[in-house]
Amino acid sequence: MSTSTLSARCTDALVQEFQFLQQNSAEPISKFLDYITYGYMIDNVILLITGTLHERDTHDLLDKCHPLGFFDTMPALCVATTVQELYNTVMVDSPLAGYFRECLSAEDLNELNIEIIRNTLYKAYLEDFNRYCETLGDPTASVMGEVLKFEADRRTVNITINSFGTELSKEERAKLYPRLGNMYPEAQTKLARVDDMDQVKAVLEQYSEYRMMLAGVNLNASSGGAGGNDLSLEDRFFAREVQLNKESFEQQFHYGVFYSWLRLKEQEIRNIVWIAECISQQQKDKVGNYTAIY
Amino acid sequence: MAAVRDNVFPTRMNLTVTKMRLKGAQTGHSLLKRKSEALTTRFRAIVRKIEEAKLKMGKVLQTASFSLAEVAYIAGDISYQVRESAKRASFTVAAKQENVSGVFLPAFERAGDAQGSGFELTGLGRGGQQIQKARAVYVKAVETLVELASLQTAFVILDEVIKLTNRRVNAIEYVIIPRIENTIAYINSELDEQDREEFYRLKMIQSKKKARAADATGDRAELQAIQDGELHGAGRNLLAEQVDDDIIF
Repeated sequence: MSTSTLSARCTDALVQEFQFLQQNSAEPISKFLDYITYGYMIDNVILLITGTLHERDTHDLLDKCHPLGFFDTMPALCVATTVQELYNTVMVDSPLAGYFRECLSAEDLNELNIEIIRNTLYKAYLEDFNRYCETLGDPTASVMGEVLKFEADRRTVNITINSFGTELSKEERAKLYPRLGNMYPEAQTKLARVDDMDQVKAVLEQYSEYRMMLAGVNLNASSGGAGGNDLSLEDRFFAREVQLNKESFEQQFHYGVFYSWLRLKEQEIRNIVWIAECISQQQKDKVGNYTAIY
Repeated sequence: MAAVRDNVFPTRMNLTVTKMRLKGAQTGHSLLKRKSEALTTRFRAIVRKIEEAKLKMGKVLQTASFSLAEVAYIAGDISYQVRESAKRASFTVAAKQENVSGVFLPAFERAGDAQGSGFELTGLGRGGQQIQKARAVYVKAVETLVELASLQTAFVILDEVIKLTNRRVNAIEYVIIPRIENTIAYINSELDEQDREEFYRLKMIQSKKKARAADATGDRAELQAIQDGELHGAGRNLLAEQVDDDIIF
């Protein structure tokens, strides 16, 4: 049995549970659950766009799409053969139309790097999700606010770090930062200008929660938790995410639990896959380097 | 085997030619032997290197696939994005030739450092560092594979050539040289035979001439002596001339 089968089955189980929730939900929770799936939809649409750009048969790609981000009209996207058509179809048929309209024109699809499109969409999605959560009022707004802010910060830091040494210009980088989070806007403007890890560290030092995360992290070691004994920034982020999501279970009468539940489930699947991977590759000493949930 | 020889006329000229051939064969033999030894040395070195490279490959591929697992842990499935953003080969190999004692061994080398793989923005939001690291590790793995590939090719070719050379060395040593030696021996023996015949013929003519001269002068005794000598070989009969005293022990 390969680890990919394992991960596929786990994801299937997760999707089933989630769909069960979705089917048994009424407004406004159903809308909330829909919002959760938008993130996956972005990935799927991006996948289809990539396929169309390279003139592949997009029907084959439907299997590769994340089942959570599957929307009814998605197969319709496969009809499109040109980017222009695809753009129009996306605008009409997908729940993501709003994000597309806000950030991109049809020409952008052709010209921009696909990853930039993905991150632009994701940014729009995060902002929109946050706005929506605020309309739900406390305690959902506060719980989700925390989680989403963290997500935004994490993306900000990651985009910064990962854009070092690439063709991504600093202005473009700044455009990809979600306009929310603890670091918005002050630290973001600073991060938009940094050139190396040490500067990132200096900026992050100003925030108590991130200073704690950075302590003992070797920023230059790009290895995942798997790499060495000292954890990488990425692992710290995972740990922090898990912690935040766990905290949302402490509160009552809010929708954030659903989001947190999904996130923790995902982390669980990642952990299972990681352990399976370690075992199949006979790296048993690294089995423990996952982000424990409980 | 021992009786095998070249089909030549036993003449002096052929003897010279054959002797030259023998010399040539010996030179060729020693040269080929040296070549075979040089190749074998090289071959052994390559075998050692192959062993090292194979062990290294195992290790490198293990880290490589493990780093891919790390990527999967953090960034999820990126295979499609990476595949689609690959526009040109980021790793090219150039073959060049290396001359080892007249054998051309192909050696593969990484040519052209095409950085900027096209997917450097993959995982921008998550796991980009891991992806780049996995990429670096895999590049190293491919380098090891290329190294191993050129070693293996050299191994196969050298093996073939060494066999060929050894066959030639043995052929020269056990077939050609003995044959030429046989030929030389044959020519020599034939020539000796001819010499002896010639000598006998000369003797005969001489004795005939002397007999004719004696005949002309009418010296019967001398004629008789000559005819005796002719019958009993060239020399006089020592036993007949010398009379020893009886020896009493």
